[in-house]
Amino acid sequence: MLNQKDILKTLDMIDKRHLDIRTITMGISLLDCSDPDIDRCCEKIYAKITRCARDLVKTGEEIEREFGIPIVNKRISVTPVALVAAACQTDSYVKIAKTLDAAAVQCGVNFIGGFSALVQKGCTEADWKLIRSIPEALACTERVCASVNVGSTKAGINMDAVAQMGRIIKETAQITAENDGLGCAKLVVFANAVEDNPFMAGAFHGVGEPECVINVGVSGPGVVYHALQSVKGQPFDVVAETIKKTAFQITRMGQIVGQEASKRLGVPFGIVDLSLAPTPAVGDSVARILEEMGLSVCGTHGTTAALALLNDAVKKGGVMASNHVGGLSGAFIPVSEDEGMIAAAENGTLTLSKLEAMTCVCSVGLDMIAVPGDTPAETISAIIADEAAIGMINSKTTAVRIIPAPGKVVGDRVEMGGLLGSAPVMPVHSESAAVFVDRGGRIPAPIQSLKN
Amino acid sequence: MKAIVTVVGKDQVGIIAAVCIKLADFNVNVLDISQTVMQGYFTMMMVVDISGCSVPLSQLCTAMEEMGKEKGLSIRVQREDIFEAMHRV
Repeated sequence: MLNQKDILKTLDMIDKRHLDIRTITMGISLLDCSDPDIDRCCEKIYAKITRCARDLVKTGEEIEREFGIPIVNKRISVTPVALVAAACQTDSYVKIAKTLDAAAVQCGVNFIGGFSALVQKGCTEADWKLIRSIPEALACTERVCASVNVGSTKAGINMDAVAQMGRIIKETAQITAENDGLGCAKLVVFANAVEDNPFMAGAFHGVGEPECVINVGVSGPGVVYHALQSVKGQPFDVVAETIKKTAFQITRMGQIVGQEASKRLGVPFGIVDLSLAPTPAVGDSVARILEEMGLSVCGTHGTTAALALLNDAVKKGGVMASNHVGGLSGAFIPVSEDEGMIAAAENGTLTLSKLEAMTCVCSVGLDMIAVPGDTPAETISAIIADEAAIGMINSKTTAVRIIPAPGKVVGDRVEMGGLLGSAPVMPVHSESAAVFVDRGGRIPAPIQSLKN
Repeated sequence: MKAIVTVVGKDQVGIIAAVCIKLADFNVNVLDISQTVMQGYFTMMMVVDISGCSVPLSQLCTAMEEMGKEKGLSIRVQREDIFEAMHRV
């Protein structure tokens, strides 16, 4: 029998600690939509998405109502477009991006992911076309998200693609300059990208996935932060245990919502992504959790250790709460989307170098970071290469979502709006890595033994 | 199917009666009630059976919430599963 305390605790988490389901994402395979005629291909894509996801938003809202749990986003991910469009006789895939945008509007979802290419070992003609289409595609659409996987533990790092992505990010920033380079917030460069990620901007529906699937991303940094306030001064064993218990509860909620959505939509349930995804709202910050552990400011010495503990405990607690776990599972550290990270970056304690170290022990990577508008493309490529190397060597997903905000310098602020938040422009090294990046070729896959 | 009804707000005459009458209107059966008043604040939790409910659950949620607003109370109806899932291994 439920007791009053448990019920009130759940209500308190929802009302005061920002507990929510961050996203229900429907993955849809578009492999059957390819066609030599791009217009025909677009028709098939539009028809399939609007058919599969017709009831997604409505169902999400019903579940939200019945369980009394906010479901913040309803989204769609699709097969990487470079695969679907490979058969099209065309030089640009912008038309397909526009089709995805229109389908997203029709379904009422706020983002659609999958304008993507997987080029960890090499690029096909279609991959190059897709990559070249990214700046315009992101500028002329509102809801489309793009991603490119440039490296993996099994394949190494495709440095030609890394070099190209530096230029593409710069171009995307330029073409969306009037919005502070907002296009770059919808573009992720991955290493070891996962096929079932429900979170944007990096979501796509992998080729190993079924026809259609429901994945759920949970959230709840505020709940963890609050739980840790009750164990002040106690040893890390207690801290880890507290986080595990909280993560269990958060994930159980994701599991039940995912199962219900899957049942109602008649679509198989994929995974719960055990993530702590912050928002710019006060009280919903991952940085503040690290500070609650005893760091005066996130980014100071000790931050990497604190984050390692947090990330691991979240997974341990969450794994038992769900029958299938996947996606990016872990703590996210997007600077612009986290009130505590913004504050730490503004006071200069949280630097790009420290963020890079943090990405070794947590989910994903250098996320939503604004850098000066005059940062050379080669420097951005070098940042991507560093991050991809961390992912490749440590067999984990890493990513770069960086915004070289046009006309902005260190100390300025970039406003993205909504969940994307605002980011202080952070300094990068001015010393060039151009000769390094210009070499091109491939960094070989690493050895998996002799781990030192 | 069971649901949990929570009512929180400033104490006043007739809260339980009003909530129960409204639930009865929708053919919802009350299985259990626990209630306390702390520092003038009324907190009630009910376990109800909604199998025979005359309207879809989301509509019941809205109706109860609106009634709560009229009386200055926060009234919520939520499926019981969510609490079971979160607090039981």
